[in-house]
Amino acid sequence: MKEFLTFTKKEFLHIFRDTWTMMIILVLPLVMMLLFGYAVTTEIRNTNIGILDYSKDETTRSIINRVQESEYFTISNYFNSYDEIDQSFKSSENSLVIVFGENFSENLLHLRKADIQIVADASDPNAAKTLVNYLSNIIGSTLKDLNKTTIENYEIKPELKLLYNPLMKSSYNFVPGVMGFIIILVCAMMTSISIVREKEKGTMELLLASPTSPITIIVSKLIPYFVISLINIITIFLVSYFIMGVPINGSLFWIFILCILYILVSLSLGILISTVSDTQLMALVISAILLLMPSMLLSGMLFNIESMPLILQGIAQAMPAKWFISAIRKLMIMGVDAKYVLHEFGALLLMEVIIIGISLKKFKKRLE
Amino acid sequence: MKAVRVNNISKAYKGKLALEDISFEVEKGELFGIIGPDGAGKTTLFRIMTTLILADEGEAKVDDYDVVKDYKLIRERVGYMPGRFSLYQDLTVIENLDFFASLFNTTVEENYDLIKDIYKQIEPFKDRRAGALSGGMKQKLALSCALIHKPSVLFLDEPTTGVDPVSRKEFWHMLKNLQKQGITIVVSTPYMDEANLCNRIALINNGEFLDIDSPQNLIKKFPKKLYSVEGDNMPKLLKTLRANDNIETCFSFGDCCHITLNNETKDNDYKEIQPSIEDYFIRLSK
Repeated sequence: MKEFLTFTKKEFLHIFRDTWTMMIILVLPLVMMLLFGYAVTTEIRNTNIGILDYSKDETTRSIINRVQESEYFTISNYFNSYDEIDQSFKSSENSLVIVFGENFSENLLHLRKADIQIVADASDPNAAKTLVNYLSNIIGSTLKDLNKTTIENYEIKPELKLLYNPLMKSSYNFVPGVMGFIIILVCAMMTSISIVREKEKGTMELLLASPTSPITIIVSKLIPYFVISLINIITIFLVSYFIMGVPINGSLFWIFILCILYILVSLSLGILISTVSDTQLMALVISAILLLMPSMLLSGMLFNIESMPLILQGIAQAMPAKWFISAIRKLMIMGVDAKYVLHEFGALLLMEVIIIGISLKKFKKRLE
Repeated sequence: MKAVRVNNISKAYKGKLALEDISFEVEKGELFGIIGPDGAGKTTLFRIMTTLILADEGEAKVDDYDVVKDYKLIRERVGYMPGRFSLYQDLTVIENLDFFASLFNTTVEENYDLIKDIYKQIEPFKDRRAGALSGGMKQKLALSCALIHKPSVLFLDEPTTGVDPVSRKEFWHMLKNLQKQGITIVVSTPYMDEANLCNRIALINNGEFLDIDSPQNLIKKFPKKLYSVEGDNMPKLLKTLRANDNIETCFSFGDCCHITLNNETKDNDYKEIQPSIEDYFIRLSK
């Protein structure tokens, strides 16, 4: 027991004395939270929009007012001719332009139709599509309000009701994602690197030549990373709850059980990577390519898994992060009972058993 | 009981033989040297004796324990200092020492007597990180760590490589003191001049032992008279000597050449000298 404590203490000293390790495991999680929360947001807000109005009448003015009032758009430019539009896109002054045809109000009144055109910069197709949707909704509802006395303009419109995240806040999506990513980073990558560092620096040779069992050596190396991961999880929860207003609807108990299980899976992955790598660089590359990147791209955090090609969907199933993120979304955001995430728990548990099995088999009590 | 007994050990790495049929014994309390150039197989042999790797063939025993079956018991009773400085550079001197003490379930205080003479020299720097120590101090710290659990056999793999001449001398002095305290020491080195300080030495080259004996006996075994020839232009001197039919062997040694003759002639101009371990090693490994 005493040697176990000395080992753990030594491991903490390694971490505390290395500025870069400290930055990665304690500062990076916060930076990621803030980046995703405020900078890389997928929500649309304050998009610059340009107006080319050939009519300048009552109706166009009220549409423009509505657009201006909405939180999504800010009017940046008023154009006088079509030629100016192209220039404004190229100089990135705005990414959207509304063009009103001539005699807008009169045409609408007499011909029951009027010319309106939305020009969008589709170099980012997803954003363009969302913007056009928002804008068409605003225009549609304005026209509807203006014409509400006329019965002929009667039309059926679907009404969407968004459950669990009615405001479509992206923080509901990225908080579980950031947690999934950070734990893989701290547990799998940093642990594997710290174990391989002992091999590379030759200290593993001395440890193995001592009577201390290899299992003690490894387990005591994992403890600090386990503790730090828990601290990270709690920090992320506090930041997301108090600063970003993400609700915690489900049982805290089950959320923590899930986090602990996921931390254990990640730690075992770290051991596994350390048994196949001989250099720190190799451990870094393996964990970055096989774990970090897929945990970001294939976990459902950034892209929807169901719309991926089949082969990528298959790979995604093997990512612990995918199961963790799915379960934490259900527990935290939807607030479901633990029995609805049995599937995810089962998958993580199965992974843990397999990974520990392989690691123990591959683990050496000698140098080669 | 012998401290170390090695029987017919062979070891190959990816088909390349690193050790070939090595056998030797080390008496209790002996200072045994394994002398040979880099790549001769010294580190492989040390790792087999310290249970870190397995030999392909043959068996080895330390304190009568088998290195394969009883590896745990051996790990408890040997001290090992690898060739490369392998302590934690980001921990301080005292932290390293404490760590290795608890690794062997002991404390620094318990065996302080054993390391006192060595540790006293680095104690003023005990709060300095190991990475910031000079080469000689690093080596003293490594030796202290290897000794902290009072091992019965001490394995030192090239302890003096990369250390300045003064510290090397000091280090061998420390080894002699440890030997007086009853610790068996097996040490390897590429420096032939250190061989004379061992009780017995084994000469190793290309994974094979060339000879095992005391340094004095090994020198006596040199079969010929050895002469030294000096000259200003070494390449030219070598060329001239090698062209001479009566000269059997000729090797450059610093600013002179050591030669042996096929037929000893009376009063030749060459200066006869006492052969050294190195002369004998070169002759054997030819």
